[in-house]
Amino acid sequence: MAIRKGRGFACINYPIGMNLGGDPSQALVHSTPDGKFKVTLSSIDLGQGIKSVGRQIAAETLGIPIEDVYVDTADSDTGPHDMGSFASRGTHRMGNAIIRAASEARAQLLESAAEELEVDARDLTTDGKGNIHVRGAPSRSITVEETAQAAQFKQGRTLAGRGIFLGPLSDVDADTGEMTPVSCFAHAAIVIDLQVDDETGEVEVTQINSAYEVGRALNPKLVEQQLVGGAWMGVSHALYETTEPYYPDRSHRPLDYNTYLMPGPGQIAPHHISILERPAPDAPFGGKGPGEMAANPVIPAIANAIYNAVGVRCDSLPITPEKILRGIRANGGAVSREER
Amino acid sequence: MTVEFRKDIFANERNDDFDQIGHARIRQDIEGHVRGRSPFYDDHQFEGLLHVRCVRSPHHHARIRAINASAAEAMPDVVRLIWPGDIPKNMNTLLSLIDFGRDDEPLLAERKVSYVGEPVLAIVATSVLAAQKAVESVVVDWEVLPHVLDVEEALKPNAPVVNDEYPNNCFDYHDRYDHQKLRFGDVKEAFSQADHIVEAEYQMSPIEQAPVETCGAIAAPETNGRIVCYTSTQALFFSIGVTGKLLELPSSRLHFIGGTVGGGFGGKVDSQHEPFAVLGAMLTGRPVKYMWDRAEEMQYGAPRSGERWRIRDGAMRDGRIIARSFTGFFDAGAYTRLTSYGVQKCTGHLPGPYTIPNVASNIFCVYTNRTPSTAMRGFGITGVDFAIECQMDRVAEAVGMDPIELRILNAYRDGDMKAHRRPAKNCALIECCQVAAQKSEWRLSPAAISRSSIEGGGEGWRAEIPETVVDGEGGIGNRKRQWQDTEPLSGTGIRRRVPVGTSTDHPATGNAPQHEDMVAEVARLGFKIDAGHSVQRPSLSEPSEGLRHRHANAETSFGRALGAGPSLPSGYDRTRPPASPGPARSSPPANEPIPAHSRHERDKSEKPFQRGVKRPGVSPFISGTRRR
Amino acid sequence: MMKKTPVTFTLNGRPTAAFADPGENLLDFLRRGVGDMTPKYGCGQGTCGACTVLIDNEPHLACITLAESAADREIRTADCLSDGPSLDPLQNSFIEHFAAQCGYCTPGMLMAARALLERNPNPRREEVIDAIAGNICRCTGYEPIVDAILDASRSYRRSAI
Repeated sequence: MAIRKGRGFACINYPIGMNLGGDPSQALVHSTPDGKFKVTLSSIDLGQGIKSVGRQIAAETLGIPIEDVYVDTADSDTGPHDMGSFASRGTHRMGNAIIRAASEARAQLLESAAEELEVDARDLTTDGKGNIHVRGAPSRSITVEETAQAAQFKQGRTLAGRGIFLGPLSDVDADTGEMTPVSCFAHAAIVIDLQVDDETGEVEVTQINSAYEVGRALNPKLVEQQLVGGAWMGVSHALYETTEPYYPDRSHRPLDYNTYLMPGPGQIAPHHISILERPAPDAPFGGKGPGEMAANPVIPAIANAIYNAVGVRCDSLPITPEKILRGIRANGGAVSREER
Repeated sequence: MTVEFRKDIFANERNDDFDQIGHARIRQDIEGHVRGRSPFYDDHQFEGLLHVRCVRSPHHHARIRAINASAAEAMPDVVRLIWPGDIPKNMNTLLSLIDFGRDDEPLLAERKVSYVGEPVLAIVATSVLAAQKAVESVVVDWEVLPHVLDVEEALKPNAPVVNDEYPNNCFDYHDRYDHQKLRFGDVKEAFSQADHIVEAEYQMSPIEQAPVETCGAIAAPETNGRIVCYTSTQALFFSIGVTGKLLELPSSRLHFIGGTVGGGFGGKVDSQHEPFAVLGAMLTGRPVKYMWDRAEEMQYGAPRSGERWRIRDGAMRDGRIIARSFTGFFDAGAYTRLTSYGVQKCTGHLPGPYTIPNVASNIFCVYTNRTPSTAMRGFGITGVDFAIECQMDRVAEAVGMDPIELRILNAYRDGDMKAHRRPAKNCALIECCQVAAQKSEWRLSPAAISRSSIEGGGEGWRAEIPETVVDGEGGIGNRKRQWQDTEPLSGTGIRRRVPVGTSTDHPATGNAPQHEDMVAEVARLGFKIDAGHSVQRPSLSEPSEGLRHRHANAETSFGRALGAGPSLPSGYDRTRPPASPGPARSSPPANEPIPAHSRHERDKSEKPFQRGVKRPGVSPFISGTRRR
Repeated sequence: MMKKTPVTFTLNGRPTAAFADPGENLLDFLRRGVGDMTPKYGCGQGTCGACTVLIDNEPHLACITLAESAADREIRTADCLSDGPSLDPLQNSFIEHFAAQCGYCTPGMLMAARALLERNPNPRREEVIDAIAGNICRCTGYEPIVDAILDASRSYRRSAI
């Protein structure tokens, strides 16, 4: 009886968005009289951070500081239509809608500033710090706040923008499955190191090395949150979680967190992440949604590592100690595969 | 935990000079979170709040003979009972909002129940405790029916009928088939040529989303005949649509507020709470909350579906996988919810991120007598990715190859044709494999290290895809009638062969149909394409010639087409010779409005896939017609 | 009508009184009866920690604590952490470490951490893990939370000196 080390690999891609039903999101942007901008959406923030990433996208597109942008979301009396936060569509679809809305508002902002400065709007640019100036001549400038006041009280102009992004509806062919399922794909590859106690069947993940390709990390820390938390969920799915432990038998159903198992803070393996960015042509600044995919490669990598450790192919999730021990018994003992 | 950014990889496709994008900014919602002041739905308080609890089925499958709720009605703290007859339109399917599938699920079961926990009566009371006591006092006369819990048992001819709307125990696809098909190339022929056949079966059990905040909604009468509803929904307008349909209310009477949700992971799309809360508020004139407790969330909240997969691979000695077939069963539980769609999403994902010239799959959305399943993080993909990636290791072992090298060899690359008949683009699987191997000191051969997602796609053997064999197997109801045409993927029912390519009137890429005034200033979005498509690889030990990246100044305005939609501009055509170096900027100045591309221009921006045999007279694909 | 019991106690340093329903738990009592929404309902079974509050400096699960047992005790919720606009080092550390996503478990997590750091401003990593082992987080994978608490402990040590 021994602790046996194993190493496993898996790689995946993940579809961003859902085109099978048509997939619209809308955004509205408008300025307050003092040159702050509200972004009004109907997105849902479940923790993934759409409020925050939407704010960054709006600030970048408008060319103003992030403190001067606020995202207000999910009041159906004010927010325009959005399909929802699922299918890795939030950042992609809503991000695109915000870019369009903010672009329209920016164009108006520059028109207003041009009128004040008596120049052509096409010669103007923003410095990202709250000023608008003539390109190449920073001294000929006006603040965003002054521009907004002039627009509101002098010019009789709104600084506002509408945006929509509609994923094209794609049908699915009955006979061949031909379709345009999504617009882009995120990618991941992962190496899991773990050890298996061949006496108890217990698995301990000891290290995760991963590479995730996310298009562009719009906010690196939000991406990190998704990847770290998502990998944890992958470990949890692989080794612990199910509402029906003896599926399809419905007995032994967990009703609480004591019987629905998940790894706790003491079971966290060191996770070393590399983030790659290949911008997707139709994504906001190229960014793909990293959240949903994060758990997916972990699960098969763990199964493959367990095979590497003890020679048992666990093809049924979750991979409980019971399944591993039954596999070891069926094989007449644990057999470590080649070292990787 | 360590995080590094490999900015060196694909650097020639990006501009990284932004003020906000790419920078770690503090979350907008974080101060509310650490102060405990973020407004979750349950944090909205109402005087005189009422609570809902449901009488639920203790049986997997049973007919309701009678319900005696007189004791509950007599309880002083019980304000109102909600019977099925109180629901204006007590039948719905979630995806009716996108015109997909038939209404198959009542909000409250009226005639029979089809899973343990299915609600038959809702009780509105002054406290949760009072509602629970009232629920316990209700006596239901059940006639227990035979049930089925296994997906393949459910497909047998004599299986009990779970869902009356789908009497064959599976979703009807395209009014024709009892499963969703994927057919690409000729798997049968390819299997006969393969050096190795690798087959295995995989199973994923149902998984609970388990957000720490349980699902729920609070509704209260507003002015002007409107109802306000605070909700944990993941999809605000989805929930409005479902509520409006079941209660026959126009959306103008519904004021839904949400957006700050305590985790979802897919479990808060189903909109099961809002209709009860809104109806309760309308019937009582008081604020009503319907919030699941943890046990309800665990067992009656829809989980990720159980999935069963059989995969058969045909591989050559050199590691190329030339054929792959799937049979998949998604366990929808008693009602469709979103599973019918998950099956299609999954179909578009197959055969995984690999270029395999012959692929076939049959995926079934199967009804069983268990809690309906729904979306969860990775919906439609997580289960099959587990199966595919375990299968890849099996193939590696069968051909005697390193598992990462096998994946890099078969990985999809820009320009390869995917099984759903769209060319691959923007690929990065190979680079992820290389970086993960490098990080973990997993030794790869020089050949594997030198490969790239950008080079070699759609060339040589990767382009040799036979014409597709289609079949008419698995017609709706045939299984029930015991017509044995349902041997998946290998039966005798070959009816016709169709060309490999797409029909030319069908756009090869998804072109977003944004109106042309929806213009983004794309020059400011950070795209950059090196005209020569040079490859910048991870700096591994074996640098190759291709690594030298050329002419950094020869960028073209990759982002330009974004003004009109997500298509690649015609300049991005990999068969085209590299653009001449020098001032190749064709994009207008940053602040100039970008003229929208015409639809015509966009459609021809990527050539449809036309390799393989073209046969006149064969009917083109029917995609493009709106399904019912 | 069920008889209600008056309960007087100290909430975040302020004398407070409210009426408790028979059998009511402290979580519902604080949220419904007092209006302090910072403790959250996650399970009602004492298994998730989202309702963690301090009773006389010890962490307790409010959902399985009788409201009446709060009588004459000192109750603290996450609302006690900040002093007007200025945040507690724990709160600032959670912000800097991105230690919250959906934020629902955060108040309970903070209170479990607060109890630890008051007791032991110099905890080892294992002790931090032990202190939050009863708090479920479904989003973060815990590591940022543990890091944030360890980081905050430096400030607690400084203020202890």
